[in-house]
Amino acid sequence: MADTATSSSSSGGGQDRGPRRDSRSGGAREGGGGRKFFRRKKVCKFCVEKIDSINYKDVRLLSGFVAERGKIVPRRLTGVCTPHQRRLSEAIKQARNIALLPFAARF
Amino acid sequence: MQQRTYEVMFIVRPDLVDEEIDKLVSTMESHATNAGAVVKNIEKMGKRRLAYLVRRFSDGFYILLTLEADGKAIHEVERRLRVSEPVIKFLTVRIDEEQKRLDKIKQLRSTKVKRSTAEPAPAPTPEAVAPAATA
Repeated sequence: MADTATSSSSSGGGQDRGPRRDSRSGGAREGGGGRKFFRRKKVCKFCVEKIDSINYKDVRLLSGFVAERGKIVPRRLTGVCTPHQRRLSEAIKQARNIALLPFAARF
Repeated sequence: MQQRTYEVMFIVRPDLVDEEIDKLVSTMESHATNAGAVVKNIEKMGKRRLAYLVRRFSDGFYILLTLEADGKAIHEVERRLRVSEPVIKFLTVRIDEEQKRLDKIKQLRSTKVKRSTAEPAPAPTPEAVAPAATA
């Protein structure tokens, strides 16, 4: 089952390479049909809400994309698009340097 | 040298009194202006909890300077910050490119809105003409 899922998703990605979101939505739909649970289609928060600036001072925004231990959450989990993830990680790293966000949360 | 916009954020140790912080900020401002920078804005962001220990302090006063300066002036300001004892951490970020990008996006958005509002007005006219032509 896993094999069929991966093969179909890869073929889908090959068909519509141009519009990036199309290939992703295709993957999500296929995941909903193939398995019991329905996975919600992930969209880039910054594209949808039209957040232009990802600033290192905006701790409340950035902390949503940082895991419990202080790690940057990968794109595949948050659904952020590549250009925004690049800016986001830059901002998180700047915020870490000025002690607004932790490098590693202590336990 | 080219003038650029920078943001210098620095953290002052928490055991200072307000007056001392004000004094430090004003001296930093004078240092910056002496180095050839134009201080555009000073923002005291208040006392905040640090995400990790810095020189055994768990919180500090955040101060944000917005400067219009060249590289040399920024270098001088950074040196002053490094030397001054109550400053426990600082970060300089260049913001003019980002600002340029944001302005561009803003402009693009405004033109798009204009186009979308302008389009519906001429659109109905061909429809109005078409039935007349068939009839």
